[in-house]
Amino acid sequence: MAPFIRIENVTRRFGDVVAVDDLSLDIEKAELFCLLGASGCGKTTLLRMLAGFETVDSGRIEIDGIDMASVPAAARPVNIMFQNYALFPHMSVANNIAYGLRRARMAESEIRTRVEELLRLVRLTGMDDRRPHQLSGGQRQRVALARALARRPKLLLLDEPLAALDKKLREDTQFELVDIQEKLETTFIVVTHDQEEAMTLASRIGVMDAGKLVQVDSPRQLYDRPGNRFIADFLGSVSFLDGIVTGAKDGLLEIDAKIPVLALDPGGFSVGQPVSLAIRPEKINLSRSRGKAANNIPISIVDMAFTGVASNYRVSGPNGIMLKTTQPNQRGEDAPMEWEEQGFASFDPADVVLLQD
Amino acid sequence: MMGQTTWLQRNGRRIVVALPLIWLIVFFFLPLIEVAQTSFTMPRRGIPPFEPLWGFGKDGFFTNFNLENYALLLEYWQDYLGPAGNSIRLALFSTIICLVFAYPMAWWIARSDPRQRAMLLVLVMLPFWTSSLLRIYALIGLLNPNGFINTMLLFLGVIDAPLRMMQTDFSIYMGMLLTYLPLMILPLYATMIRLDDDLLDAAADLGAGRVAVFRTVVLPLTMPGIIAGSLLVFIPAVGEFVIPALLGGPDQMMIGKVLWTEFFRSRDWPVASALAVLLLIILAVPIIYARYQDGRTTALDQQYDEAQQNDIKPGAA
Repeated sequence: MAPFIRIENVTRRFGDVVAVDDLSLDIEKAELFCLLGASGCGKTTLLRMLAGFETVDSGRIEIDGIDMASVPAAARPVNIMFQNYALFPHMSVANNIAYGLRRARMAESEIRTRVEELLRLVRLTGMDDRRPHQLSGGQRQRVALARALARRPKLLLLDEPLAALDKKLREDTQFELVDIQEKLETTFIVVTHDQEEAMTLASRIGVMDAGKLVQVDSPRQLYDRPGNRFIADFLGSVSFLDGIVTGAKDGLLEIDAKIPVLALDPGGFSVGQPVSLAIRPEKINLSRSRGKAANNIPISIVDMAFTGVASNYRVSGPNGIMLKTTQPNQRGEDAPMEWEEQGFASFDPADVVLLQD
Repeated sequence: MMGQTTWLQRNGRRIVVALPLIWLIVFFFLPLIEVAQTSFTMPRRGIPPFEPLWGFGKDGFFTNFNLENYALLLEYWQDYLGPAGNSIRLALFSTIICLVFAYPMAWWIARSDPRQRAMLLVLVMLPFWTSSLLRIYALIGLLNPNGFINTMLLFLGVIDAPLRMMQTDFSIYMGMLLTYLPLMILPLYATMIRLDDDLLDAAADLGAGRVAVFRTVVLPLTMPGIIAGSLLVFIPAVGEFVIPALLGGPDQMMIGKVLWTEFFRSRDWPVASALAVLLLIILAVPIIYARYQDGRTTALDQQYDEAQQNDIKPGAA
């Protein structure tokens, strides 16, 4: 069966700038897909092409088997939730939500029931008569969601849906958004520059850079097995070491990265080949005595920052290497290590990600 | 010294407000009171050409209050109705014509490249930097039977005889448009520049065609500009009599001209003042109401903007 949304070799240029470069992507029905990338990577342009606000220079976009080339924005089974929400300031909450239904010439009685239903869905019952300026940021976000869902779009596009909310509200809203998506089984495409937002929301993430999709994978795969240095760095914190493969035995690679490191052999590496090593901070364990893991590096603490659940450390090892590590603040453990203290950083060969570049 | 403030620091804000306020009282409010007072006096020969309304005579304080001027106006109301009607019709049509021309122009300027916008706005305001009388004479030069346009059309063979453009409604409204267009464009531009593009995209995304986007989003959100611009054109246009006098026929008697005649030809200041006061009342009531409505929407917009600044922090981490 054909995928629900098929983006095929799509290119879009603005003058000399290639915003979206020969991009292909398939998205399944009822998926919550996330386009992740820094600002200017072309993700918003791709979103606007799906919505019909931008034309496609070359390539094609198909939604539910229909080529969208000649379908204007107003006629697409697609709705968009804008980053700044774009609520109509001169209309009440109910009229904002009903806007799309009125354009579809739905009967007023039906509109009323539908608006009620949507207000219940986004937990804003009784707010019908409020104006956007009388709502909090979180309430406005939910009105925007309800308005975008009113026409029962086959595809909902969300442009930085949580960016305008403060941190606390954002965490609650993330789960709410996922709940609503699962309940409605509508296909959602979220565009964001916030990797945490992408990871918590999406079932699959497409990382974009310079108009191209760099990697498409589940959040866990992207985080644990990033395809290149850019993605490893973009998604969360990471320590990089550069080295050369010096040996291979029992499914492990020996690497000289100023310090000897053992890494699980993912295949495709040969002795003498230069590699980048990426290690996530929570995979590195700090202790005052040698740990049990295969890699043990003598270190001293350079920096420490207490964040609540955990503490973030920067440690220096032999030959000037630097590692970032995060240690949970647990009870019953040894007292946490402090500045200037000496100890060992240990990590499992399975937690060393090898990158070709 | 810490904690000590000078008299100037404490009263600075008041002084800043007080100076223009005093100016307004002296040069606007007091003359208005003077006109209102004069409308209740009796005319006489001399300077000033009316009896004092009140004062101190041989028998002490006296007042000389009467409503005869208003009675006179009411008695001969038909003589004033014509010019008043002419003026209001002129102002109304001028406002509508200006709006029709200004709306797309303001839209185009507001949507154009930010670097070009400043230049376009200067071009809009440029005519204001020359005398309006000069511009009217320039227009006469264009529209005359032997003026530029007729000469060109005759030369090109488009017409056989000169078109009669002067002393018509066409020439009057050309003059009004020429003079008042910037006053309509600027407030429209001010509201349009604040219109969020995403609102238009959102409307289109929700199934609105071009007409529906205009009717349901653009028009209501630019209404404050339409109202402000219309008032800026309508109010001075009611009192306008130079343009119709120069460009129109002799039958175009405007209320402004009547006022002028009463003041300077008849030297009947009391009746002229009464007429001015009546006009003010007739025009001010609906306009104050309209401004009140406008003020409410503006206050609403401000609240909205503030709310956005306070709770939404774009890009807040």
